[in-house]
Amino acid sequence: MIMTDNYKMSIRHLNFYYGAAQALYDISLDINKSQVTALIGPSGCGKSTFIRCLNRMNDLIPISRVEGEIILEDIDINNPSVDVVMLRRRVGMVFQKPNPFPKNIFDNVAYGLRVNGVKDKAFIESRVEESLKKAALWDEIRDRIHESALGLSGGQQQRMCIARALAVEPEILLMDEPASALDPIATQKIEDLIGELKENYTIIIVTHNMQQAARVSDMTAFFYMGKLIELDETDTLFTRPRLKQTEDYITGRFG
Amino acid sequence: MEEKKIFELSFEKILVRRKRIQRILFMFFRIAAFINCVALFLVVAFIMLKGWKAITWEFLTQPPLDSMTKGGILPCIIGTLCLGIGAIVVALPIGVASAVYLNEYARPGKLLRLIRLGINNLAGVPSVVFGLFGLAFFVIWLKMGESILAGVLTLAALTLPVIIGSTEEALKAVPDTYREASLALGATRWQTIYRVVLPAALPGILTGAILGLSRAAGETAPIMFTAAVYYTPHLPSSLFDQVMALPYHVYVLATAGTNIEATRPLQYGTSLVLIALVLSMNLAAIVWRSRLRKKMK
Repeated sequence: MIMTDNYKMSIRHLNFYYGAAQALYDISLDINKSQVTALIGPSGCGKSTFIRCLNRMNDLIPISRVEGEIILEDIDINNPSVDVVMLRRRVGMVFQKPNPFPKNIFDNVAYGLRVNGVKDKAFIESRVEESLKKAALWDEIRDRIHESALGLSGGQQQRMCIARALAVEPEILLMDEPASALDPIATQKIEDLIGELKENYTIIIVTHNMQQAARVSDMTAFFYMGKLIELDETDTLFTRPRLKQTEDYITGRFG
Repeated sequence: MEEKKIFELSFEKILVRRKRIQRILFMFFRIAAFINCVALFLVVAFIMLKGWKAITWEFLTQPPLDSMTKGGILPCIIGTLCLGIGAIVVALPIGVASAVYLNEYARPGKLLRLIRLGINNLAGVPSVVFGLFGLAFFVIWLKMGESILAGVLTLAALTLPVIIGSTEEALKAVPDTYREASLALGATRWQTIYRVVLPAALPGILTGAILGLSRAAGETAPIMFTAAVYYTPHLPSSLFDQVMALPYHVYVLATAGTNIEATRPLQYGTSLVLIALVLSMNLAAIVWRSRLRKKMK
């Protein structure tokens, strides 16, 4: 079963509210280091809300409220002493729609380094190149790295966003349906990339696409109506789910 | 069968009517939109026709002569430029800072509603009231005297709501995905605003600034008690000098000059210069903005 010594993140009794409406109910879940954890479930089940709790992106919503613990190694990320800027450096995020800045490719990827105070130009240059290579984009764009990122295709933009997230060397990479706006070929590339990245990063991916979850992840968590229904190794969850509800969802009987 | 026929007949009839109504309304909308252009064209054409004869090299480079019945309007041009640019230099940083606070930082609540109420009301205050406020507050209470400084500050107060409004619109048009992307990379909120949000909003902010500048340059009432002088042959040398200004000069010549009829060409000439100044500033802003937009793509 689950390797107990190898947790990167532990979530305990997490409740989340938008104003009076509760969106997440008592979620407890461990995230394994250097593995891919997929979150699946129908629209509105809370998987995006959940992943946005992990880098406190929900702080942006004035009426939101969090209860419970989210432990990153040994710190509770919602503790007032935790600096959210530091947290987000350690927990990177790739969004559903590619969201490049209206700047050139180099400046996009270098952005995280620059805002975190890196001034050394040679270092920035080598890190940008390295990140774009990790994101399997370097060979395609090496000649137009100083052209606008908005001129890239959707799939290229998303890989650039992944490179941008990797450039600050996060420990965890959150991916909120990173391929849902892309065509099958671009999706394939992102999935291959996830497989390569998991050696060095802990990845949590939200996906609508169950085949995708089955292909890329080691662990899968099934969310429904704001609750964590079942968590297991991906192979087990998709072949021998413990609960009827999970089985119904993965066999397409509802959702 | 019968019923269906009736339906189809009346349907045809009604369709003709529906289309006619649409045609008439669209025609009306088109005329309404067109009237704007016609109005601008008429104003500009009228002033051009009446004023172009007055425009000579001497008119643009000399002070007024012979009790302002001859000579030029150089002090007015310089004065208006000083007042307009000064007002923007003061109002732009304050206006942009306010808009950033309101749109990016302030949490919704009573304070925010109060500030918004204040700004909206400021926008509705008649310009002559700004003039009286400037006289009472800057000129008398702060002892600035009638001066460029007092006029600039009064005009800045007048243009603030314009700048705040257009800056807020520009900030709202920046997609939230930019903010999220930046914050998720470990940027602080200020870094996000400074490095991503403001550059993306810059074209819109500039538009507002130029609109504010044209408004400030064209106002008469706010400067007549605070900065503008009836006549001076001198160009300003400090912020505490009084200046002549184009709109006030037109007003003076047309209502209180020594020979109102004889100076008509000068009045139209001055108006033409004012309009040309404002239109060319707007044009420059449009060109600048479209360049910025292209650069971002």
